[in-house]
Amino acid sequence: MRRIPSWIWPVAVAVFILTLSRLVENEYYMFAGYVVLQYIVLASAWNILGGYAGYVNFGSAAFFAIGAYGTIVLDKLLEPPLMVAILFGGIVASLVGLVTAYLTLRLRGVFFAIATLALAIVLQTLVMNWEFVGGPLGVYTIRPDSIAGFPSYVNYLFVVMLVLALISVLVARAIERSFVGRGLAAIRDNELAAECCGVPTLRLKVFATMLSGGLMGMAGAPFPYYITYLDPNSAFSIAYSINSIAMPLIGGMTYWIGPVIGAVLLAVIQQVATVTISSELNLMIVGVLLISFITLAPNGIVGLFESYRQQRHRCSST
Amino acid sequence: MVTFNLLLNAVVTGILLGGFYAAVTIGITIAFGMLDIVNIAHPVFIVMGSFIAYIVNRTFGVDPILTVVMASPLFFLLGVAIFRFYYAVFESSGKGSLRGLAFFFGILFVIEVTLLLAFGVDYRLVQTSYIGPNVGFEHVDLPLRMVIPFVGSMALVSGLHIFFSHTFVGRAIMAVAQDEFALSLMAVDTVAIKQLAFGIAIATAAIAGGFLIVIQPVDPSLGREYIGRVFAICVLGGMGSVTGTVIAAFLLGVVETITSTLFGPSWAPAVSFAALLLTLAVRPSGIMGR
Repeated sequence: MRRIPSWIWPVAVAVFILTLSRLVENEYYMFAGYVVLQYIVLASAWNILGGYAGYVNFGSAAFFAIGAYGTIVLDKLLEPPLMVAILFGGIVASLVGLVTAYLTLRLRGVFFAIATLALAIVLQTLVMNWEFVGGPLGVYTIRPDSIAGFPSYVNYLFVVMLVLALISVLVARAIERSFVGRGLAAIRDNELAAECCGVPTLRLKVFATMLSGGLMGMAGAPFPYYITYLDPNSAFSIAYSINSIAMPLIGGMTYWIGPVIGAVLLAVIQQVATVTISSELNLMIVGVLLISFITLAPNGIVGLFESYRQQRHRCSST
Repeated sequence: MVTFNLLLNAVVTGILLGGFYAAVTIGITIAFGMLDIVNIAHPVFIVMGSFIAYIVNRTFGVDPILTVVMASPLFFLLGVAIFRFYYAVFESSGKGSLRGLAFFFGILFVIEVTLLLAFGVDYRLVQTSYIGPNVGFEHVDLPLRMVIPFVGSMALVSGLHIFFSHTFVGRAIMAVAQDEFALSLMAVDTVAIKQLAFGIAIATAAIAGGFLIVIQPVDPSLGREYIGRVFAICVLGGMGSVTGTVIAAFLLGVVETITSTLFGPSWAPAVSFAALLLTLAVRPSGIMGR
């Protein structure tokens, strides 16, 4: 009997969620689910560079905001369909990734991390001074009429984000198992040795940054339609930067499933905390969880699970 | 029209601002440049210093700069504690870099949110006699609230410079920066030296925080604006060099004030990023780099 290809599982889960989304009447679940899915995209995208190659990107919010403001610009000029806006956001974000990566990745990884941190602040300055996209006051977007075949526009956005999440998970999975993933892992373990063995380190890093940034931009593109009012503070919110780091770290960075676990867990906790407690406090929860995981369980939930399994294996074999 | 006078004022203000930036960055120069600890939470410690100055000034009316000088030993101890933890968990295991970065990012976040929960998003200021009046020369007006932090910063930085070049411990810190392994062969406890140095770095944050709240009103998230700036200055100055840091700080201060005079103050934050990227692209070793 042929083995069932393992990519079937993410697809099956996505199809299951899609069916569920048709059955659920309450729109709140779509709203909340959208955020969770968005974080799956961001966390998986961050992990391509951060988890596989070990290069920390502190500027996820910048790439996300590029996508969001890309949509605003396009919407003002031509009002294209959402798909075009998503592609546009992805392309622009990956180009920004290309430039940042090319300028800083030849040096030590720390410089890249600092550059991405500064990138978020500078892009925010740029947007603040750009009247066309609303400047500091922000800008309203009008949702298009609901799309044929979907009960509501929010449902449509949810499905779009579901597809994006599926794409990022499949991309991350494909990378992990290809020569690119092995090359990135070699960079993470010992860059000098990798370089000496003929791994094209700079090219792989730049490629990973572009891919990771592009996916983040794509995640940001539908955002203006989701909240209908976009201002620099919400688009560049540091919550995106810290969450996209915390989620893979908490879930586990070595495998594609880690960021997904982390994203679902943290995003759900935050959704619940926002409703029940306060939105500042839920950022605090993320910060504390982040610190405790990197100190106590550096390989995340997946790592905990693996070491448990190994231990049991050892016990049963002796 | 930009007159000569306006430009002159911008340059002088820039120098004053640059002096203050030197005090803000010196802690990063020690931690990142010399000890190789990427303490991106440094600006948030500065903001913490500002808030301590604010509370004491508000309740007892004590001078903010005096307050932070008194508070700096506490920050020193805090720095020592953080270093011990950092060393035990990340550095001694040899897998420091990525997790260490994320660790400091987490610290940054927790402190910022704590301040936010305690004080809200409002801007806070302090009351002293030197906030308000100007000292004037022929064409240049110098606000005292800039002059006092400038003088204080210069005192702090020169004090540290003398400490690093003339005392035994200071030179040991420089030696750790240069070759830790060689120093450990000389039977020096390198961990204790690094712990001391990191404590000093965090203690400077308290003092810089006092200057900060004299210069401008402070809110909990102000530290973020300074992250790009301090690292730009540190890298531009050639990482572990005190002199380089001061030169780079003056340079960035002047360029920033000229930019805000010509294009408006909302563009100033972009300057540091441009400086950082340019340095990394053209001369990654910085001005005073070896």
